[in-house]
Amino acid sequence: MKKTVLVLFFITSAALLKAQSLKASMDRGQKVYEKVCLSCHMADGGGVPHLNPPLSQTSYVLGDKSKIIYIVLHGMTDRIPIDDEFYSNNMATHTDLNDQQIADVLTYVRNSFGNKASAVTAAEVKAVRNKKK
Amino acid sequence: MKKFLLYAFCLNISFAAYASGNDGVKKSADENAGLKLPAGFTAVKISENIGRARHIAVTTQGNVYVKSSKLYNGKGIFYMKDLNGDGIVDTVFGFGKYTGTGIAIKNGYLYASSDEEVFRYKLNDKNEVINPDQPEKIITGLINRHQHESKSIALDNDGNIYVNIGAYANACQEKDRTLHSKGRMPCPILDSAGGIWQFKANKLNQTYGDGIRYATGLRNVVGLDWNNQTNTLFVMQHGRDQLHDNWPELFDSKQSAELPAETMYELHKGSNAGWPYIYYDPIQHKKILAPEYGGDGKIEGGKDAQDPTVAFPGHMAPNALLFYTGNQFPEKYKNGAFIAFHGSWNRAPEPQKGYLVAFVPFKNGKPSGEWEIFADDFAGGDEFMSPNKAKHRPTGLAQGPDGSLYVTDDVKGAVYKISYKK
Ligand code: HEC
Repeated sequence: MKKTVLVLFFITSAALLKAQSLKASMDRGQKVYEKVCLSCHMADGGGVPHLNPPLSQTSYVLGDKSKIIYIVLHGMTDRIPIDDEFYSNNMATHTDLNDQQIADVLTYVRNSFGNKASAVTAAEVKAVRNKKK
Repeated sequence: MKKFLLYAFCLNISFAAYASGNDGVKKSADENAGLKLPAGFTAVKISENIGRARHIAVTTQGNVYVKSSKLYNGKGIFYMKDLNGDGIVDTVFGFGKYTGTGIAIKNGYLYASSDEEVFRYKLNDKNEVINPDQPEKIITGLINRHQHESKSIALDNDGNIYVNIGAYANACQEKDRTLHSKGRMPCPILDSAGGIWQFKANKLNQTYGDGIRYATGLRNVVGLDWNNQTNTLFVMQHGRDQLHDNWPELFDSKQSAELPAETMYELHKGSNAGWPYIYYDPIQHKKILAPEYGGDGKIEGGKDAQDPTVAFPGHMAPNALLFYTGNQFPEKYKNGAFIAFHGSWNRAPEPQKGYLVAFVPFKNGKPSGEWEIFADDFAGGDEFMSPNKAKHRPTGLAQGPDGSLYVTDDVKGAVYKISYKK
């Protein structure tokens, strides 16, 4: 009995800790978003029609994390359709942001604007940054 | 037989268009189609929900050609007629299997552009296209790097056509739109873009070598018009973006929302408007050296660049220009300039601006007063932060044979007709 209570306690506190660190990362990420990304993708993540894509429910945002880490680091000028729409602008490179900032901003994006997806960690960003371009 | 087929096809499209098209028109049957206009003016939406209407040309018969940046039933140009005379389009004939922006009528031809080419179609005596599937390709191979790619067109009275080739960059930086990225010197984009090119209106398959770079240092021009009073080309430049994003220590986000101006220029052969080396500051009324080239928001530059004819607030995105020569509107509008502002995005986090048609009075070919808002509330009326909230965005302008003003919208493909009644 005592044992199960203890186990339960550990589980809930671990979940709590995880939720807390997610919230902290989201808060930091929102600041990065407002400073760096909002101007093109807008406060509501709605983007600009035919110019800057939305960040709400796109296959990129909800998909492969390494792909969007790469896009934030090195920009995007692919001219491939994003969920069937073309966008006539260049996304800038952001190699000046550090691993934690990119992890935070993508964690924020993946859990805002109606999105729900796993957090991005600084280690994941580092791995993409260290890969050959 | 051929004629019958054409007619059948025409009806077909019109049914398809009508199913959705008329619905939209009816629903928005509110006063003046939701627009705010000066006293005495009225507006009706004559068509909606057909493609993304960009530029527009109206025939002397009062029929309408619209160029679309999205295919509708596989077509990119729409010829619209009101057969029953109720003021609303009831017949639409689609042709041209390409998207684009430019469209114009001159000397018995309809000219239309994709983002790389310009075509022309011979018109019959009713200004109807004779061979919709066999246009002549007059210009080809223009640069399209998917930024500022629309090829707007205007024609003069000496057999020339002018084509905007927009710069595929914001400020000719080493890395486009990137924090603290320097400007390339000299800017290599200017060889093949960032200006207006002049070609012959009647020669086939022309490309860069056949045309001349008529004017340079223009980042992107979507709205342009030949002024028959001055016999010169006037253009509206989209000013640069992101002064704050890329140079936050020099410009705060409030300054960046107002800078630089959207500018009108009167061009002559050899004109230079100064992009990317300078921008025009509408508050200091000066040409200012761009931060990418060592500027700090104060140092002046561009001694060889011409001053704008009119400077408008920043980022409002002028997408069409029209000199009004009709007799329907009150005297003050005669020979003045209407400008369709598509509306801003690069004002965020400030509220967005534009989404209106402006007017500048002209006398003897020069502005004779301040610019003013002519038609407003295309976006919906309330202040808003995110451009995707805008219900409509003005994109094209044309004058009808009765002196009415036509305005297109590329959100829902609406076409408005604005008239004056005493
Ligand atoms: C200069 C404007 C600009 C800025 C600043 C910018 N982006 Fe983008 N972003 C774009 C454009 C334009 C594209 C699409 C490019 C293309 O189609 O080739 C894009 C694409 C994306 C995509 C993939 C497509 C999608 O919509 O899901 C993601 C994710 C993204 N951006 C996130 C960000 C984040 C996070 C930031 C801030 C760190 C940011 N962007 C800053 C303009 C910008």
